[in-house]
Amino acid sequence: MAHAIDPHAGAHGHPAHDHHHGHDHHDQEEMKTFGFWLFLITDVILFGTLFATFVVLRLNTAGGPTGGELIELPGIIASTFILLTSSFTSGIALLEMNRGNKKGLIVWLIITALLGASFIYLEVTEFIHLVHEGATIGTSAYWSAFFTLVGTHGLHVSVGLVWMTALIIQLSRRGITPVTKRKVNIISLYWHFLDVVWIFVFTIVYLMGVM
Amino acid sequence: MWHKIKDFSSEFFVTGDPLILGAQVSIAITLVAIVFTLTYFKKWRWLWTEWLTTVDHKRIGIMYIIASILMLFRGGVDALLMRVQLAAPQLEFLHADHYNAIFTTHGVIMILFMAMPLMFGLFNIVVPLQIGARDVAFPFLNSLSFWMFFFGAMLFNVSFIIGGSPDAGWLAYPPLSELSGSPGVGQDFYIWGIQISGIGSLATGINFVVTILKMRAPGMKLMQMPMFSWSVLSSCVTIMFAFPILTVTLFLLFLDRYLGAHFFTLDGGGNPMMYINLIWMWGHPEVYIVILPAFGIFSEIVATFSKKKLFGYKSMVFALMSISFFSFFTWAHHFFTMGSGANVNAFFAITTMLIAIPTGVKVFNWLFTMYRGKLSFPTPMLWTIAFIPCFVVGGMTGVLLSVAPADFQFHNSYFLIAHFHQVLIGGVVFGYFAGLYYWWPKMFGFRLHEGLGKWAFWFWNIGFYVCFMPQYALGLMGMTRRFNEYDFDMGWQPLNVVSTVGAFLMGLAFIFQVWQIAHSIKFLKKETSGDAWDGRTLEWSIPSPAPMYNFARTPVVTSQDDWWEKKQRRLRGEAELPEVAAAEKAPLEPIHMPRNSGIPFIMSTCWFVAGFGFVWDWKWMIVLGLAGVIISMLARSFSYNTDYYIPVDEIERTEAAARGAH
Amino acid sequence: MRSKFRMLATGLFLAMVFLISGCSSEQYIVLDPKGPIGESQKDLILISTLLCAVIIVPVLILTAIIVWRYRDRPGRKAAYKPEWEHNTKLEVTWWSIPIVIIIILGAVTVYYTYKLEPSKAIASDKEPITIQVTSMDWKWLFKYPGEDIATVNYVKFPEDTPIRFQLTSDTAMNSFWIPQLGGQLYSMSGMAMTLYLQADEQGSYYGSGANFNGEDFAQMTFTADAVSQEEYDAWVEEVKADAPALTMDGYKELQKPGRSDVQLFSSFPEGLFEQIVTQYVEEGSSGAHSHHGGGAEASTDEEAASDEHASHGAEETEAANASHEGHAGH
Repeated sequence: MAHAIDPHAGAHGHPAHDHHHGHDHHDQEEMKTFGFWLFLITDVILFGTLFATFVVLRLNTAGGPTGGELIELPGIIASTFILLTSSFTSGIALLEMNRGNKKGLIVWLIITALLGASFIYLEVTEFIHLVHEGATIGTSAYWSAFFTLVGTHGLHVSVGLVWMTALIIQLSRRGITPVTKRKVNIISLYWHFLDVVWIFVFTIVYLMGVM
Repeated sequence: MWHKIKDFSSEFFVTGDPLILGAQVSIAITLVAIVFTLTYFKKWRWLWTEWLTTVDHKRIGIMYIIASILMLFRGGVDALLMRVQLAAPQLEFLHADHYNAIFTTHGVIMILFMAMPLMFGLFNIVVPLQIGARDVAFPFLNSLSFWMFFFGAMLFNVSFIIGGSPDAGWLAYPPLSELSGSPGVGQDFYIWGIQISGIGSLATGINFVVTILKMRAPGMKLMQMPMFSWSVLSSCVTIMFAFPILTVTLFLLFLDRYLGAHFFTLDGGGNPMMYINLIWMWGHPEVYIVILPAFGIFSEIVATFSKKKLFGYKSMVFALMSISFFSFFTWAHHFFTMGSGANVNAFFAITTMLIAIPTGVKVFNWLFTMYRGKLSFPTPMLWTIAFIPCFVVGGMTGVLLSVAPADFQFHNSYFLIAHFHQVLIGGVVFGYFAGLYYWWPKMFGFRLHEGLGKWAFWFWNIGFYVCFMPQYALGLMGMTRRFNEYDFDMGWQPLNVVSTVGAFLMGLAFIFQVWQIAHSIKFLKKETSGDAWDGRTLEWSIPSPAPMYNFARTPVVTSQDDWWEKKQRRLRGEAELPEVAAAEKAPLEPIHMPRNSGIPFIMSTCWFVAGFGFVWDWKWMIVLGLAGVIISMLARSFSYNTDYYIPVDEIERTEAAARGAH
Repeated sequence: MRSKFRMLATGLFLAMVFLISGCSSEQYIVLDPKGPIGESQKDLILISTLLCAVIIVPVLILTAIIVWRYRDRPGRKAAYKPEWEHNTKLEVTWWSIPIVIIIILGAVTVYYTYKLEPSKAIASDKEPITIQVTSMDWKWLFKYPGEDIATVNYVKFPEDTPIRFQLTSDTAMNSFWIPQLGGQLYSMSGMAMTLYLQADEQGSYYGSGANFNGEDFAQMTFTADAVSQEEYDAWVEEVKADAPALTMDGYKELQKPGRSDVQLFSSFPEGLFEQIVTQYVEEGSSGAHSHHGGGAEASTDEEAASDEHASHGAEETEAANASHEGHAGH
């Protein structure tokens, strides 16, 4: 904990002495995790709405190309495996953290982030491929729904990457503290959540849509 | 060069309308005056450290309320302009374009930028005090929510003088709201204004659910919680499930307009009906989001001024929760006339009627709280009592509208307009006013002038009935909503004139309220007891206004209406319960507090910048704004110095000063 | 003061009931129906109002009594029981009263919902007349495929004959409403919705576009004339003889946004309505029926039953709940 007095705290700027009040902090961290669970519920609704949109519009290609014609499943299966693996590695990172192994934690987080980055790379490549084949967000309702649903998931993963990078830096500076611990817990929750969403994307958009 | 500037500004600013020109000039003058005043009195620093960066729920609440009253003024002026236009057949007061923009902004502002912030303001001020908490669960997020709301509202309002207002109706049905139907930037202001503030609302929803579930004072079981807090919980849970749908819907509409996607377009396989379904999947729960807290407010007030326990507490809780559950299964009653077929219509008619049951039960419970009570009638209670008949009748017309085949005749007519104004004004506005009057002494530590408050009350009420009862009749005469003019031979004029008179009576009522506040500030009548109304719940057990840390010692709760019970024990001269006594005698401890932060303000400003960039499609501005947002988030992630402790001696001094004033 | 307010409220409420009772004036066109659909809807409005009144009138009276009786004043005789907060019998009572009323009202509603389904044909020994209605920016175009004439902002038909209105839109959504004949139905692009109405007596009825669709929305009112069969036949002949024809160019002229006076046309391009409905369907498209979600009710319309895409439509209803009579274009 930094002990500098923040001018923004006005006249009441007494430094926090958390060693006296560890209990308080414990509650705070627990509450933040709970709040994040609630956020995930809202995110489920968000993705649910996008899935519903996709299902409604899945046949509306307006005479343009269909998903089955352009999408190449092998690449998608590869990126699915990459994301699933990254979920696994983030789980290992968590185990390392609980063992108090800062180095192991950081290494596994970096591996997770790299896997996430390659997932995003594959997704961007796929999108570029589709655009070259003549399927953009403006091609038809089907492609609008496709790009929006898949893209929103990709955006979530990208946000997760930035966040994870920031967290890795914080971990290397501060080590494993109650605060960083909570942050790692939350991001791994987020990461697993994105993995589950991807399984739905994979099933509904790719498997059911393409086959 | 000059030419370019001239071209640009004629597109950028709304020109050619004397009303708007007047508004532009007065806004410019007001801004200059504010800047001058702040500079002259050297108040910039004060503004920044005490308000813009505050994370104190009470101050955030006050800012919400100030903003909502300003928005009430704007939405009200919109309403009066519309009523003037409709007072006579074929009046040339407002051009069709202008009229369309005004009813659109009236709707959006009243629901999203007046009702919602007023509601959040009351949440913020009351909930932590009522459940015995230091603050909300996430004070930083709370501040962010406020500033997101504020800048979203500003972005929406700025369209009035820059670029042009949206004019496709308050829910902006496509294809009218698509580029093909609304090529101007007004619709983009609509999307981004609501989107930005909507994210803030969603965060507030999460924040208060956590606050209520996790931060109640020791001993306060859920089923002992004050009814207002219950209503906030039900409202916030509804927000959590409804607002993501709004976010997605507006985002898809944005993609249609900005990237040429085909979600709701006519061509390319888009489906406008999907928008109508989606927007009402949010929109219907939204009206329950705003009405449920009003129910909570009435429950508190009725018990307080009947000097009696709330009747049927469990029924009330169950009713609140079932209303918020059912609110998600009624959305299609907003378009029975879309030809969805008898099965769909029958289903949604039934679900809509089902909501009438718990709502009806609540009314009975309020009545039987008063039954065998000892009623007094200061302004908060007056609003509550006025609410009951108004809401009962409004609810009844709602049930009439829910009868699907009959709705084919009511839909889109003034009957519908009268109905939802009756439940929204008679329910929501009366409720929030009641709450505002009730908790005012707690917020500011002084009382409002009762006499002027009663004037305002009567003008509001009489004005309301004079304005909206004729509209039921107009609906049955076939008058359609959103008509900017009508023919002489329809025979609609007399009732329209009556309605306009009523609207102006409500305008007068608003002036009375402003006068009431100004008068009460000038002849300050300090409320020093902290318990202005002989209240029943925890917020009345601490000084008014509450000290920044709320409770010097965390209270221990043993019953519903805990403060009332405690006062009763004192009156009876009984010894305090051991666990309560122990908590009260415990030595003071330093209080853990969140530190102020400028990040919410800065981040919301960046959202505003990004939103403005999207509206005009200025790429540099979008990049700048979004970069600012990301940097703000990272800055927050990297700041670990986010809290501090108030030492015991300072708490002692504050308490002595507050209690000494007795 | 308080009682004054309640008197005012009650007075206004009674005034409203009085207005709704429909005996006051013929201006209340919704309550002065001239056709079987409007008649049933008026019955339903009255039934539901009465059912609701059964609950709310006692509630209003009870409110007045309680507020009056239990007000705090010196020497009052009414009981004061600050702890009285629960009574199972009472609470069961007022959970059950609204439940009973809602069950009755729900049953009535469901019955009428099926009875008054807009696409359901009106029983009559006369053949229905089909009128194709298109809402445009900002005018109504009526086409009579049987008679091969067309009109703008004016519609005429014989009394006592079921009229089968097919509704679509060439731009934003609108809502077709002739209050004295019956309730409204949306007109939406890319779809043909069916609305059966009938006038039981001759007269000039007010019609409007009830759903906001842009700038001159308020100008989309029209007159619907119900006349005798002879008069109607004569009018058709007259239009066929005297009025100009509506050409494709003429239609393009009509499409330009703006208001319009009444116009009559002796003919119109064949299949124009079908073209308007299907204009967004692309050739060779596998799923161009987003606007045509057909639901279970589609079978009430014999065209939809034969619609080759009806099965598509049924799948598409999940989220959009959009079930319509299928498009007339097939």
